[in-house]
Amino acid sequence: MHDIIPEAPALNPDKRAGLFSGQLNKWHYASGALALLVAVPLLVVFSGWLQPSTEVWSHLAETLLSQLFINTTKLLIGVGLGVTLLGVSLAWLTTRCDFPGRRLFDWMLMLPLAIPAYVMAFVAIGLLDFSGPVQTALRDWLGAGNFWFPQIRSTGGVIFVLVLVLYPYVYMLARTAFLTQGRSTLEAAQTLGYGPLGVFWHVALPMARPAIVAGTSLALMETLADFGTVATFNYDTFTTAIYKAWFGFFSLQAASQLASLLLLFVFLSLMTERFTRKRSYYHDTMRSGQPPRFRFRYWRGWGITALLGLFFSLAFLLPFVQLCLWAFEAVSKELDARYLGLLFHTLVLGLLAALVTTAGALVIGFARRYQRDRLTSITATTATLGYALPGSVLAVGMMIAVTQVDSFIHALLASLGNPTTGQILSGSVFALVLAYVIRFMAVAHGPVETGLSRIKHSLPEAARTLGATPRRVLTKIYLPLLRPGLLTAMLLVLVDTMKEMPATLLMRPFGWDTLAVRIYEMTSEGEWERAALPAITLVAAGLLPVILLVRKTLQDH
Amino acid sequence: MDLLLEVNDLHCGYNNHVVVEGMNLHIAPGNLVSLLGPSGCGKTTVLRAIAGFEPVTSGEIRLNGRIVSSPGVRVPPEKRNLGMVFQDYALFPHLTVSENMAFGLRHHTAGSKQRIVDSLLELIGMEGYGKRYPAELSGGQQQRIAVARALAPEPALLLLDEPFSNLDVELRERLAVDVRDMLRSRNATAIFVTHDQHEAFVMGDKIGVMNDRRMLQWDTAFNLYHEPADRFIADFIGKGSFMRGELVSAETVNTALGRISGNRAYPWPDGTPVDILLRPDDVLIVEESPRRGRVTDRAFLGADTLYTLRLEDGVELLSLMPSRYDYAIGCEVGIELDIDHFILFPLEPIVETAEADPTSWG
Repeated sequence: MHDIIPEAPALNPDKRAGLFSGQLNKWHYASGALALLVAVPLLVVFSGWLQPSTEVWSHLAETLLSQLFINTTKLLIGVGLGVTLLGVSLAWLTTRCDFPGRRLFDWMLMLPLAIPAYVMAFVAIGLLDFSGPVQTALRDWLGAGNFWFPQIRSTGGVIFVLVLVLYPYVYMLARTAFLTQGRSTLEAAQTLGYGPLGVFWHVALPMARPAIVAGTSLALMETLADFGTVATFNYDTFTTAIYKAWFGFFSLQAASQLASLLLLFVFLSLMTERFTRKRSYYHDTMRSGQPPRFRFRYWRGWGITALLGLFFSLAFLLPFVQLCLWAFEAVSKELDARYLGLLFHTLVLGLLAALVTTAGALVIGFARRYQRDRLTSITATTATLGYALPGSVLAVGMMIAVTQVDSFIHALLASLGNPTTGQILSGSVFALVLAYVIRFMAVAHGPVETGLSRIKHSLPEAARTLGATPRRVLTKIYLPLLRPGLLTAMLLVLVDTMKEMPATLLMRPFGWDTLAVRIYEMTSEGEWERAALPAITLVAAGLLPVILLVRKTLQDH
Repeated sequence: MDLLLEVNDLHCGYNNHVVVEGMNLHIAPGNLVSLLGPSGCGKTTVLRAIAGFEPVTSGEIRLNGRIVSSPGVRVPPEKRNLGMVFQDYALFPHLTVSENMAFGLRHHTAGSKQRIVDSLLELIGMEGYGKRYPAELSGGQQQRIAVARALAPEPALLLLDEPFSNLDVELRERLAVDVRDMLRSRNATAIFVTHDQHEAFVMGDKIGVMNDRRMLQWDTAFNLYHEPADRFIADFIGKGSFMRGELVSAETVNTALGRISGNRAYPWPDGTPVDILLRPDDVLIVEESPRRGRVTDRAFLGADTLYTLRLEDGVELLSLMPSRYDYAIGCEVGIELDIDHFILFPLEPIVETAEADPTSWG
């Protein structure tokens, strides 16, 4: 007798994984085009080295370069250590321990993700600087010079702010990793003679390492890409130097050389992540429920609650309240037609980017689904690499590429007797939206891919055998089933685009100021109150995807 | 009678990896046939090639005489007028039962859709379920809706891909009979793919047995059991045992149980070592028989008992006896053979008749 085993699917994708079989088809072209979008600015940035060195560059190299390296390295080390320690210990507390208010902190600790780093930066400076309310109050109380207060405008200050907004990446990934560790694995360690701390060090932590490294790496990428925070602190890094080279010295070439150096750091941290994580995808195949939590009772429990409460106040509550106060003070002056214009531009750019990016992510998703060869896999992966490109690097690459295209079109039209200004794409909404699309493709790709993977192949096939054309399968089967994933993708891209500062600052068309640009302008003049209204708008928008995320993680467990 | 489906010398595969090889299949309207074979034998690929989901590397598929698949030609599935029932049912989770069933009725008026859906719901005994969503139905109900949905547009040919394999055993047998009767009552033409021989026998008037990319035999259930074309089929269909022997004439074999003669002649030279296929109902326990063996195992099946008998030289035979005869494990019994179908397989492949030609059988 034969066992009753359902037959494996006839199509085993791995078996047909040649580079590509037969001819190139529409999926190859589509995903190839999207990959090219990412590859072109990258190549352009590196090609900056092919041209002879300029005076601007030699000036920068003499005066600034070594400082840039030192500052960037300091930030990476400080933020890396900070987010890892903070994220892992918070995740351990909320998943493996018990204390009053644990359930509340479990999700509240994700909220700081909603605050853009540059907003946290100006709130911190506004509050803690020499002329800020905290130091003023202390002086009134203790008398000037009678107390020590840390200098907020310092390397430590930048690291402090970045850690406060970036630790949730590690927290969330470590939290999931701890939650998915099966009870039996941990209990096995206990029976082998390890105490609670031994279990943590020798089993739970090593098992969660890939997730922790992934979270830390995300935080480091954000650190490298950050422009707003370091600009507010007047702390020189590559992103601020790129801005100066471009707007101060008007040298796109020097900017591109700086950008390529920044990219080197990005590659290094990506490589470190890959290397550390190599072959270490641990997961428990036997899910065996949650082990009992370690209970902190009485004053210990309440002590932890108080500590976490204090931390949460620092990371979210205080900045949020302060922003509200400032915004309230300034609302009568600031809530005017100009603000509405900023909001309008921000939303238009965000929605455009959201639509195009999600459509692109859908194309990549379908290409991956229908064309399971290596070529498609490579192009699809390349197309989602834009997230690793810091906004300022992307802007430089795009700007140079677009200028080239412009001059080509100009020459072409001129030869036909139609002279133009020479600025067709550069400084256009099109180029800016394209930059957003490249940068946030990975953001949209995630939910779209998840949505697609939940649609069994037999569903579209059943529709085909029932007489549906591919177009009807798309509109009647795929799109309705993908709706939640597509909406999530659009929301994520919308919010990320709204918060995006450096690319917008560098590439915005004349008259297209956004909320982020306004925040940059106001904070660079120290006008915290006037930056508060656009900032609180961005925080409110940022809360939407975080709430979505919180709801999802709470459902999962 | 004109053929509805012709599959001629079909080959499927990709990148030097052959999945189906030299497949032939001819089906007339009203036929119900099964494709039976172990997992990975290529039977599902044949079905998917007929549906238009798999490309063809050589050979051709014709529907009503028209080529729908050949190398470089592939009429899309929606243009083939086929219905397909999937292993996982593939009900659209965002549509109600009625909407699922009406999905293939695009060119019908609303009233006509409603009539067809209602009559099919009645046919499968699920009146009143039209407004439910698939997730609210049991596995058996989902399965019936999947069949009804595929039947709704009245396809010329229905393809069923392991449609019962996700159900539990009892439900599976009952539903197989239900579905067969439903197809029969509508005079439908259907190909049914399964790895379960009982299902294949219930569903198909004719059964194609596949193994390792090829069709081995195309026959009735009776002939597959009693006249298997090769050793794999003899082993795969039903129970049985092989006994070593030597051909002494075209119709006679010398074995440990003496000379056995049969109703069929084999054209192999005398002295060819062969295995003779013994079905459990060929082997009888007869007390007074001089050929002795020992009971080593027994399985009570209700009306019958299946005995495993071991001969002195270690050969094991299966014997099916009415359960009113009762022999304990370990007791010595007499053995007699009563062979209806004299099936021999050469021990080593014989060059000129290396492959049995299925057309000369039954």
